[in-house]
Amino acid sequence: MRLLSLTLKSMRQRKAGVALTVFTVALSVFLLLGVERVRTDARLGFASTVSGTDLLVGARSGPVTLLLYSIFHVGEATNNITWKSYQDIRAMPEVAWTVPLSLGDSHRGFRVTGTNSDFFVHYHYGRGNALAFASGQPFSDLYDAVIGSEVAHQLRYKVGDRIVLSHGLGGANLATHADKPFRVSGVLAPTGTPVDASIAVSLEAIEAIHVDWHSGIRLPGMEASAEQARHMDLTPKAITATLVGLHSRLSAFAVQSAINDYPEEPLLAVLPGVALGELWHLVGTAESALRVVSAMVLLVGMSGMLTALLGMLGERRREMAVLRAVGASTRTVFALLVMESTLLTAAGMIAGVVLLDATTAVAHNYLLATAGLVIDQNPAPGEWLLLVVVLALGSLAGCIPGWIAYRRSLADGLQVRL
Amino acid sequence: MSAAQPLLRTRALRHFWPDGGHALALEDLAAARGESLFLHGPSGSGKSTLLGLLAGVLAPSSGDVLILETSFSSMSAAARDRFRANHLGYIFQQFNLLPFLTPIENVLLGCAWSAERKKRAGGTHVRMAAEAQRLLSSLGLGAHVWSRTKTGELSVGQQQRVAAARALIGGPALLLADEPTSALDASSRDAFLKLLLEECAIYGTGVVFVSHDLALARHFDRTVALASAPVES
Repeated sequence: MRLLSLTLKSMRQRKAGVALTVFTVALSVFLLLGVERVRTDARLGFASTVSGTDLLVGARSGPVTLLLYSIFHVGEATNNITWKSYQDIRAMPEVAWTVPLSLGDSHRGFRVTGTNSDFFVHYHYGRGNALAFASGQPFSDLYDAVIGSEVAHQLRYKVGDRIVLSHGLGGANLATHADKPFRVSGVLAPTGTPVDASIAVSLEAIEAIHVDWHSGIRLPGMEASAEQARHMDLTPKAITATLVGLHSRLSAFAVQSAINDYPEEPLLAVLPGVALGELWHLVGTAESALRVVSAMVLLVGMSGMLTALLGMLGERRREMAVLRAVGASTRTVFALLVMESTLLTAAGMIAGVVLLDATTAVAHNYLLATAGLVIDQNPAPGEWLLLVVVLALGSLAGCIPGWIAYRRSLADGLQVRL
Repeated sequence: MSAAQPLLRTRALRHFWPDGGHALALEDLAAARGESLFLHGPSGSGKSTLLGLLAGVLAPSSGDVLILETSFSSMSAAARDRFRANHLGYIFQQFNLLPFLTPIENVLLGCAWSAERKKRAGGTHVRMAAEAQRLLSSLGLGAHVWSRTKTGELSVGQQQRVAAARALIGGPALLLADEPTSALDASSRDAFLKLLLEECAIYGTGVVFVSHDLALARHFDRTVALASAPVES
């Protein structure tokens, strides 16, 4: 009789126990991989807050500072880039595209980014995802604004709503640009990046709401109405930072040093990935915490799995004894037990992975919207190793009763009334 | 096959239980090929222990068991396993069948781990299955029973026939039986024994049948009383 068919027939006899064991293994695998995926995706999601951008350029400060104010909207820029410098960068032969970012205004605590419609084309996050619109479209009119998903969610805005921007970045009693209200033209889908909590308008709009302002105050007697502003020269004088895409990644370092050595004003170009990595080091304790959780889950999951497997195999003691008594060698008994625990573990692993994939598929949008967490359905890189460890442990679990059976099953079979 | 060819011999067999309180000493035992031996002893006289020793499952404290002139003590554990699979059939008091297999599959387990017995049972799966069916039928288990019932659903008497067929398939040289009829009433017990011994005769299988029931002795070539009750060591 083939050992496999014997095992399968024996397992069919113990359906409930088998189902329970597979379920336990599946849960362990589910937890193990789930925590691992959350951990990796939290890091990856952070590391790819901005992806596809080769260089991030701003006024000279530190790489992390530049990243914090231009991408994460934390803190303020110490200085700006002149429009001329921006044009010079644009004109460099290696540069494929640029997306200007002009910061400094806000709306009810959410930052406003002045940019152009290339932002929706070139700003990528995660594994190269472009921004998507949940509703509406990019700004077309001067006074159009596109809001991030969190803005829409918290302030209950929808396409067509009128909003008024404030001058400055926070605090009470901000002067408002009440004379030039904006219309929400689009709502972005959730991304899990700071874009969710920001409002994008055109660079010209930023210019328009400031035409009658100087040094942070509105100039008395020089008011220009929203309509009048439309006919004025709205070319920006300066921007805060720019995303730069290159034709070839290979030229990143050359362009970076060219920008850093730009003679007309002190600029700083950083590779976003490098700066993000530096920043992650600062906030990386969260990952260490997850790593500890991961290790504990591994321990508990494996213990649960081993307990279930050992219990299951214990039920086969009598069967092993019978087989030994009719001439099966100890090696055969060993093989049967290891085969069963391997089969159970493999089935549990498959069930666990399917369960995890189903859960991530279902919970994907919910997690993105509530936790800003992008959980990828793709396996995390360490996952295969984990699965191999689980399978090895499962097979090893079969060796324990295998070893016990090795020592006692023959005598059991002939004498013990099991 | 001559009856003079030795099948089984024991030499100064002694067994001490691990607790140290009791010991079993046996007079030397001998059986020729094809001979059927009735081993009689009261409960607690060490019958099962003796069968364990004869099957090479238990290692004697001293002395030796030789089957087909091969000494168990000279073999490695793995070699003993192979030897047992090839030459011994064992009918348990509890039958020890696997309830989730069909009766035929249970019978085939008897030769599953021995190339020699497979060959003697026909070699191919089809022939072995046919042999298993023949054995079951000759032992009084009709096709209407083994063809559609799981082993676990059989009655005690039916299970016993399956167990006997499993021990006999592939014609082992020696059949060891541990009170397999204790659950049967007198008339079916006699009928079963008759069929069993007939099958053994076909294969030339020697039998060592252990029981406390002297009434069965008349079916066998020879009766040996298990003379040595456990003694204080």
